Amino acid sequence: MTEIALSTAGLNKKFGSLVVAGDINVALPRGARYALIGPNGAGKTTLINLITGMLRPDSGRILLGEEDITALAPDGRVKRGLVRTFQINTLFPNLSALEAVTLAVCERRGKAGVWWKSLPSYRDAADEAYAILATLGLAADCERPTRQLAYGQQRLLEIALALAAKPRVLLLDEPAAGVPRSESRELFTAVAGISSDITILFIEHDMEVVFRFASRIIVMVSGRILVEGTPAEISGNERVREVYLGAGHG
Amino acid sequence: MIARFVSLLFDGFAYGMLLFVLSVGLSVTLGMMNFVNLAHGTFAMIGGYVTVTLMRQAGWPFFATLPVAFIAAAAASVVLERVLYRRLYRATDLDQSLLTIGIVFMSIAIAAYLFGTNQQPVQLPSYLTGRIAYGDFNFGVYRLFLVAAALAITAILVLGLEYTRFGARVRACVDNQRMARGLGLNVDGVFMATFALGSGLAGLGGALAIEPMGLDPNFAFKYLVYMLIVVAVGGLASIRGAFVTAALLGVIDIFSKYYVPEVGAFVLYLVMVGLLIWRPAGLFARR
Amino acid sequence: MTAETTGAPAAFNPQDVLRAQVRWHPLEILFWLATLLPFVLTPTYLVLCSQVAFAALFALSLDLLVGYSGLVSLGHAVFFGFGAYAAGLVAKAGWGEPISGLFISMVVAGFVGYLVSFIMVRISHFALIMVSLGLCLLAFELANQLHWLTGGDDGLQGIEMWPILGTFKFDLYGKVAYSYTLIVLFLSFLVLRRIVNSPFGLSLRGLRENQRRMPAIGAPMRKRLQVVYMISGAFAGLAGALSAQTTQFVALDALSFQRSAEVLVMLVLGGAGRLYGGLIGSIIFIVARDQLAGMNPQYWYFWLGLLLVFVIIFLPNGILGGLAQLVAHLRNRRS
Repeated sequence: MTEIALSTAGLNKKFGSLVVAGDINVALPRGARYALIGPNGAGKTTLINLITGMLRPDSGRILLGEEDITALAPDGRVKRGLVRTFQINTLFPNLSALEAVTLAVCERRGKAGVWWKSLPSYRDAADEAYAILATLGLAADCERPTRQLAYGQQRLLEIALALAAKPRVLLLDEPAAGVPRSESRELFTAVAGISSDITILFIEHDMEVVFRFASRIIVMVSGRILVEGTPAEISGNERVREVYLGAGHG
Repeated sequence: MIARFVSLLFDGFAYGMLLFVLSVGLSVTLGMMNFVNLAHGTFAMIGGYVTVTLMRQAGWPFFATLPVAFIAAAAASVVLERVLYRRLYRATDLDQSLLTIGIVFMSIAIAAYLFGTNQQPVQLPSYLTGRIAYGDFNFGVYRLFLVAAALAITAILVLGLEYTRFGARVRACVDNQRMARGLGLNVDGVFMATFALGSGLAGLGGALAIEPMGLDPNFAFKYLVYMLIVVAVGGLASIRGAFVTAALLGVIDIFSKYYVPEVGAFVLYLVMVGLLIWRPAGLFARR
Repeated sequence: MTAETTGAPAAFNPQDVLRAQVRWHPLEILFWLATLLPFVLTPTYLVLCSQVAFAALFALSLDLLVGYSGLVSLGHAVFFGFGAYAAGLVAKAGWGEPISGLFISMVVAGFVGYLVSFIMVRISHFALIMVSLGLCLLAFELANQLHWLTGGDDGLQGIEMWPILGTFKFDLYGKVAYSYTLIVLFLSFLVLRRIVNSPFGLSLRGLRENQRRMPAIGAPMRKRLQVVYMISGAFAGLAGALSAQTTQFVALDALSFQRSAEVLVMLVLGGAGRLYGGLIGSIIFIVARDQLAGMNPQYWYFWLGLLLVFVIIFLPNGILGGLAQLVAHLRNRRS
């Protein structure tokens, strides 16, 4: 029986009368590659915010493996291996890529609270950070401040920060957002290279990418899950076609 | 006993009304543009000094100076906004605070240079002085005037916000600036007009405050704290919040000055800090 | 977007990059040697120099909060004042030993910082500005009310300090005072420099750069803020204690908004987030204030205000920031 890495049960959230999450039930098996798709405003990012603890649900439970993390603070969830990236770059403008990822590594190792020892003494943290940056092709520019990096590099840095936390479950919010088609292929190749031990849920609009990389697709509309299935099932689904053709080009 | 209580209550309410007129502009502009303008007290001070100057040097009657106080403060705010403030709309809270604190310091020094450091006496028209008796109670005429004026201003603001085109634009900009801009609204223009209006009201308040609160160069900072309390505790961009908080503040202040004078401003600050910790967005926050 | 690059040489050592940032620059050594000059060049001004020293320490403590962590504090004088009154009261109660007095003040002020952090972690933006201001005003009023303890408006007097380490008596010329404050400043600087270059310092900068991202990389923000307020408060209190011990007096204005505003000016003038910015800014500020001391206090506030406006508009990163930009600009031109 496959182990379930992340699951939610009856997750609900309303803002006034607007339902942003209506009875969400998902179960991600370990190592799976799930895609979360849906028209704009469907509540996809909201769901990630709920799962990571940035938003408090009105009701429902979130389980990481066997553990109920519904009441856990966001940083606690990250410590347990539930990590996300942001759709809009949420980086450290004046820190270099090396510093940023080193910080993330230190946080993971629980060393970031140490104020009496100098940073360079944590040699292995720096080495690990550099190695992560190298696998994403950011090694050459690792000393430059983040704000000087090209947009595509910044999107890769988003992922690097997430990987530094050694995630067991990775939630990618439109990782290729704003990246031109020609470059997003490379980005997703980097994502595909991530260990198969890690469970990935990614939000994406580009259907070609979705069909290539996802083993299963969840479709959300107006805060609820419309349908869930394999890429073949979804592409043949009438209701999904309606939603997408009706809402415009994906 | 009851008479004393009612009299204090009324005085406190009148004082609160004055604070409301002084603070409401700050509440709206802070809520709309997120610009921390600690120089709001300066505009009030400008209004006060304009009134004093016109009355003493030019012999104008009190009422005639009020519109000029309003306009002078509004004009000063437009100049400051164009020249300095607009460069810092995207700056940090700290930078905005420091810039406006710098302006306050300068305005205090300029006022001291031009007018000296003493309190400015003002001669109110005779029909605004004295007291009116009503049975057991009696009320100061000037305070009645303050209450009436403040209520009139409140009515104009609330009705204007609800029923005029400009009011609708203001509400749109406060609610969602990005969308307002996207819909083609001239957000900068709306903001400048609102800022001028709010600062003008502060100037008017400053003119009205000369008699009850006194006017000297320190006015800009001394009462800034009260205005900030009204805005922070009342909730940004909330006229209702500013009204209620100002009234409460006035009453608490008058009562504590009478019953426990030794404790002074301590109680006020304590209550403010406590309320802000409990409700950081203010008591009447918009969401 | 760069593809997998073979450009990075295998010998690249990330630790070198980090080390380079932490190394002592020759200019720094020059600076600290220069602090010894007043003994030789301006021996009559040593009292002023010790004033500069504890103002500089005050500015350093604020830099940790404002420059490195990106937090707003309009009421930093509250820690300074608590430290000053603690040192003063301890001495007045009969225990005039200076060094232990400093430690006591640091503990008191650090504790105040710890208490304050509980409030500060829950709020942000405008409420944070208001509460930081409010706490300072509250402390001021409290000290004013408790004039049987603090001396109120007249200030705390009758502070008598024993000789430092049993031998160095505080003299009228300020030689002992300046040596004392300079040593404390330098030692504190070493500690703060280490903090800023530690993993904790990096996480503070992360907080400043993007508060939102920190929990997302697993940072326990509450704990970090508690620690930084404690450390910042402790060093501000240390500065206050130095002022109490060397001037043998604590004025009520140690807790005033004016003092909070002045230390902000010193920091912003020199450049926040650079440690040396606070030092440079306080030197310039205190010396200028002394030179213009004959000036009517009203005019002083005019120039102060103008300076603030000028710095915020034209030199948002302070003098050091402006210099750094100039150097980078020249370097770009050359390459």
